[in-house]
Amino acid sequence: MSAPTVAAKRGRILGSAAVTWLVFALALSAWELIALGADTVYFPRMTAILGTGADILLSGPAWRLMLGDAVFDIVLPSLATALGAWAFSAALGVALGTALGRSRWAMDYCGTLISFLRSVPPVTLMPAFMVMFGIGKQMEIAAIVFSTLWPIVLNTVDGVRSVDQVKIDTARSLGTPRRYWLGMIVLPAAMPKIFAGLRLSLSIAILLMVVAEIVGGSGIGLRISTTQSTVQYTEMWFWVLLLGALGYALNSALLAVERLVLGWQPAREDDA
Amino acid sequence: MSTMLEVSGLTHQYGQGERAHVAVRDLTFTIESGQLACIVGPSGCGKSTLLRCISGLIPATGGSVRLHGDEVSGVPDDLAVVFQDYSRSLFPWLTVAKNVEFPLRWQKVPKADRKRRAEEVLESVGLSGVGKKYPWQLSGGMQQRVSIARALVSRPALLLMDEPFASVDAQTRGELEDLTRRVQRELGSTILLVTHDIDESVYLADRVLVLSKSPAAIVADLDIALPADRDQITTRESEQFVSLRSEVARLLQSPQVQRTGEADTTDAAHAAGESGDAAGARTDAGSGAGSDRFTETHGTAESSDETATARS
Repeated sequence: MSAPTVAAKRGRILGSAAVTWLVFALALSAWELIALGADTVYFPRMTAILGTGADILLSGPAWRLMLGDAVFDIVLPSLATALGAWAFSAALGVALGTALGRSRWAMDYCGTLISFLRSVPPVTLMPAFMVMFGIGKQMEIAAIVFSTLWPIVLNTVDGVRSVDQVKIDTARSLGTPRRYWLGMIVLPAAMPKIFAGLRLSLSIAILLMVVAEIVGGSGIGLRISTTQSTVQYTEMWFWVLLLGALGYALNSALLAVERLVLGWQPAREDDA
Repeated sequence: MSTMLEVSGLTHQYGQGERAHVAVRDLTFTIESGQLACIVGPSGCGKSTLLRCISGLIPATGGSVRLHGDEVSGVPDDLAVVFQDYSRSLFPWLTVAKNVEFPLRWQKVPKADRKRRAEEVLESVGLSGVGKKYPWQLSGGMQQRVSIARALVSRPALLLMDEPFASVDAQTRGELEDLTRRVQRELGSTILLVTHDIDESVYLADRVLVLSKSPAAIVADLDIALPADRDQITTRESEQFVSLRSEVARLLQSPQVQRTGEADTTDAAHAAGESGDAAGARTDAGSGAGSDRFTETHGTAESSDETATARS
């Protein structure tokens, strides 16, 4: 690829980034106008929703950068649950997937089981988790781990298994010792697929966090169910929008990490 | 000159019983230190299998390979391979410099030395200043130069090259051929290169081994007495070059006639002997070189074949 095409692509991406945010702003404006016309309590105006949000998030003292109690009591604990459980899944899933993928026979035995576990909609297992772990953080974490683990495992297995034969031959002929095999050859080669699994499971983690919190009564999930049942629709919409924003931010952050780790890959601009 | 590589009675078959496919049957030859030898054979004749057996990537089902006297079992330390498909052979997650340094990591070479040696060898293949780039940012020919640099960086006793220039354009191919000859003479390395290209084998080599169709057997062993300094244009138009390439071409064609007779004989040892004789005769008629070598070869072939029959 020559330099001008790269520059041209950069230009196009910057352009498309501006356009994509313009479309986003237009959608919010459209919401505002429709809500203004509809004039119903179920569908508050966007400015009202954002205003409520600002009150909730930025009601704190100056030394806390104005961040309100809600940030520390609701948003951060929820995020910590989702991210902590997801990170645990990531470590366990990559380790498990690598072991299964490296083994000659393990997937012949366990493949169907894992595909089955992955196919069970995790939301339906909420009652089971409540019985097993009681109501509380443990149950939430268990639900998130269970639902995020399998995509990571399966992607890792796939990545570990699809290491190019020529690369294997090359590494062997260059005398790569066995104990460096995983770190120097297998995992780097599998990394693109592992990251695909991590991104998929990150969005699942947010989803399961909310469901588990609605069921278990804590964090953002509790706020959504409470405001809904007490007819505080403006605040309810704010929490919904916040979840969207959090999901977007987390995915962008992971993408940034991915670009850093997989910077060696050619032409990765298309999935920005 | 000492013997670098000694292949005797090498046989490899894939699968077992009725579905078995014999890729290489009873190959015997030696490569001397400092030689650049080419093995030329038709596509699918088992050349790659032969190389994989020599490099220890797969254990041969019969016969033995010795690298400067040591029996090869598993991948030897002082051997390197350049594969045809550079885009699959280079590690895309490492920069060019890190790719080249890669084999030195396992030889406990200090980091600073690794860096210096990688720079040196990259320079000798005409690639100074690209160390920080990733392989995909280079052209195909440059990528194959990186593979060659990586193979040479640890100064291997033997460099194996498996159709190394088959995936690049004709212009680049000529450049890489000249590069290979130059580097081989500068470093005094021993190279065994496998190709299906007759012209390439004659142009590159000090010695050409001609293989038959699958299962591969050696039909001729030619000394290439072309001057050491070769030129893509003048060498290729010289009478000597033209007659050598015609000879190799004929050798590659004619064994088919001979093989029909061979197929009737079920006795493997007998068949191998026959092909050895025929090839020896032809080599004499051609260049007059290598007849002694063939009598030797013949002897080893028979004895190793006896052991093979005894085992089976």
